Amino acid sequence: MSMDAVFRALADPVRRRLLDRLHARNGQTLGELCEGLDMTRQAVTKHLAVLEAANLVVSQKRGREKLHFINPVPINDIAGRWIGKFDAPRLAALAELKRKLEEGNGHD
Amino acid sequence: MTDGISRFVYVTYIRTTPEELWAALTQPEFTKQYWFGVTLETDWKAGSPWKMVLPDGLVTDEGEVAECDPPRRLALRWRHLWRPELAAEGEAFCVIELEPLEGAVKLTINHSIPHPGAKLIEAVGGGWPRILSNLKSLLETGQVVLKSKPAG
Repeated sequence: MSMDAVFRALADPVRRRLLDRLHARNGQTLGELCEGLDMTRQAVTKHLAVLEAANLVVSQKRGREKLHFINPVPINDIAGRWIGKFDAPRLAALAELKRKLEEGNGHD
Repeated sequence: MTDGISRFVYVTYIRTTPEELWAALTQPEFTKQYWFGVTLETDWKAGSPWKMVLPDGLVTDEGEVAECDPPRRLALRWRHLWRPELAAEGEAFCVIELEPLEGAVKLTINHSIPHPGAKLIEAVGGGWPRILSNLKSLLETGQVVLKSKPAG
């Protein structure tokens, strides 16, 4: 999941507005998200796809409906990346854990 | 939400294995590191009680293990005890799912409460987004991003 995708998704005012609407009321259908927006359903669908690709929106099926949920985890990852620079924790247990978990894992 | 249920969905992708992620979610020596000192006390068997314990021994949340299918799916009945306004929102249900995907694991947390506009989930334990960012960072780099729970 790339941070570029998150920033690109957030760069568009319509997509930020869709996130605002989900923040106000989580778990909306496409139809509900289109209400009051001066846009075609297809255009909203495209914007939602960009948000989903960035993991900022998660959709789940509930019966016949597809509901959209705001997912704040990537935004928090971004905050954490820079906050972490000022709050670099140095715990001995973590160094050991890092060594163990990275064995056999590819990391960039 | 038309049915009066508040639902929250959190998704993160972590470069690890389902087994390591499962251990990180269920073992106290892991949770303490990314969950602001919290441990979950339970034997992780379906039907067993669980409780969330802060470093000072305060039990803030409790419930029962509804389903436990390592390393794929965990479902918890969840009752908050500490803050009355959140406890009043009623019993919540939390489903945690792990799916392996191309060298990573997709972690999905579905937390629902039969109460419109529920405040429980963001409030508890620093909020899932911060917990999950810490968990991702710990598993991928060996370091947490936030050592202590931010104020508020």
